[in-house]
Amino acid sequence: MPASGAVAGWEKTADTRVFDAKNLYQYIDGDAEQYISAGVVTTSTADYKYKGQLEATADVYTMGDAAGARKILETGQTKDAKAVQLGDAGVAYAQSVIFRKGPYLVRIVAFDSTPETPQALLALAHGIEAKL
Amino acid sequence: MNSRREFIKTTATGALILGSQTSLGLAAILDQKTQHAEAAKSKVVVARDPALHGPAGQLDDKRVIDLLDRAIAAYTGRDHPVEAWKRIVPIGKVIGLKTNGLGGKGISTHLALVLAIAERLQQAGVKPGEILVWDRNARDLEACGLTINTDPSRIRCFGSDVSGFEDQPISWGSASVKFSKILTRECDMVIGLPILKDHNLSGVTFSMKNMYGVVQRPFELHAGGCNPGVADLNRIPVVRDKVRFTIGDAMSSVYEGGPGFHPEHLWQPNALIVGEDRVAVDHTAWQIIERKRAEVGVPTLEAAGRPPLYIATAADAEHNLGFNDPKRINLMEV
Repeated sequence: MPASGAVAGWEKTADTRVFDAKNLYQYIDGDAEQYISAGVVTTSTADYKYKGQLEATADVYTMGDAAGARKILETGQTKDAKAVQLGDAGVAYAQSVIFRKGPYLVRIVAFDSTPETPQALLALAHGIEAKL
Repeated sequence: MNSRREFIKTTATGALILGSQTSLGLAAILDQKTQHAEAAKSKVVVARDPALHGPAGQLDDKRVIDLLDRAIAAYTGRDHPVEAWKRIVPIGKVIGLKTNGLGGKGISTHLALVLAIAERLQQAGVKPGEILVWDRNARDLEACGLTINTDPSRIRCFGSDVSGFEDQPISWGSASVKFSKILTRECDMVIGLPILKDHNLSGVTFSMKNMYGVVQRPFELHAGGCNPGVADLNRIPVVRDKVRFTIGDAMSSVYEGGPGFHPEHLWQPNALIVGEDRVAVDHTAWQIIERKRAEVGVPTLEAAGRPPLYIATAADAEHNLGFNDPKRINLMEV
């Protein structure tokens, strides 16, 4: 996960937490099942804040292989998903960005919708992609 | 709103109102419920405020207490909030408010609702130290905007990570669970404050599913779309007898992609769903989710392969936790 200041405007506000498949439910309850069935190995998550205001959470799911990451990415996309140039494939919404790169599936969610949110999330996504 | 006479008629078998002046006399009311089951209807109030969220999607906190008052007034038939609350909660007992912060900051029980309920409880005579806001852990509570406090002279707020869990499991049907000591040892009565969400296993998570947050290993109840896990868990006496009222937060919701926060599926029903019968409350909540899914062109939960079967299971003769038949639900929309 990028450290504070590694991506312009973004501050990492909490330590990265890591969950293995067995205890992923502690983080995302019933959501864990779809990741487990797709072969998740570990999940890292960290909280961020953009310019001291916009809060976001970044999750990096390390799957067993790229097929697992693809399966998750392709699940639940809606009509308003916009394709973005990130990793092997990615989509963006007004308040979230999801992409995959090899066995990694990355999901970044913001808790407010502001005019700056989409670009800010993309910048953070690129920062994470560069570290994968 | 129903007249007082109509209200008494429709809630005579299920009303916490009738038993609340005694020390948690609700058990007696449950007996009445069984005796008069044929004639009974469970009351569920859905209170809405279309202006609850502003144009930018921000919750107007000041309107939440008014919405709460309207919901409670409709449920109890008492217009004065303090009088209404005196009918709901026993005085001198510890009242737990079980929030749900699992979805993170974007989709957790709203702080404004917790504060509004805490304010009304105190006005009704509940001492601050007799109010305990709780959830799985500190992180879930903080997701709701709450601050951890264990000082018994003030409203307490902490999770099962502080209290710990009972050493011995309790079983019913498929459920064999270790309960949070907050439920077993701290609270005399619990008011559930779930937040309405789609759930990728159980279909819907609301009142009864919120109880997964009171046990140590909830994932062990996920099989079969959480059916019969949800029903079995809620049938265990300590849950059935203590969790007596639901003030469901449907001010914001996710109709797809839950239980996590998926802002692309976020919407604002701007509602509270209130009732004692958690089966009826969940059935009502399910219909609200289905209507939204139909509106946006998402398949029904059954078509999506995850109908909330646990609701019917909870209503069956074996569990007898409430009604899922619309004919047995007195739905009041205000």
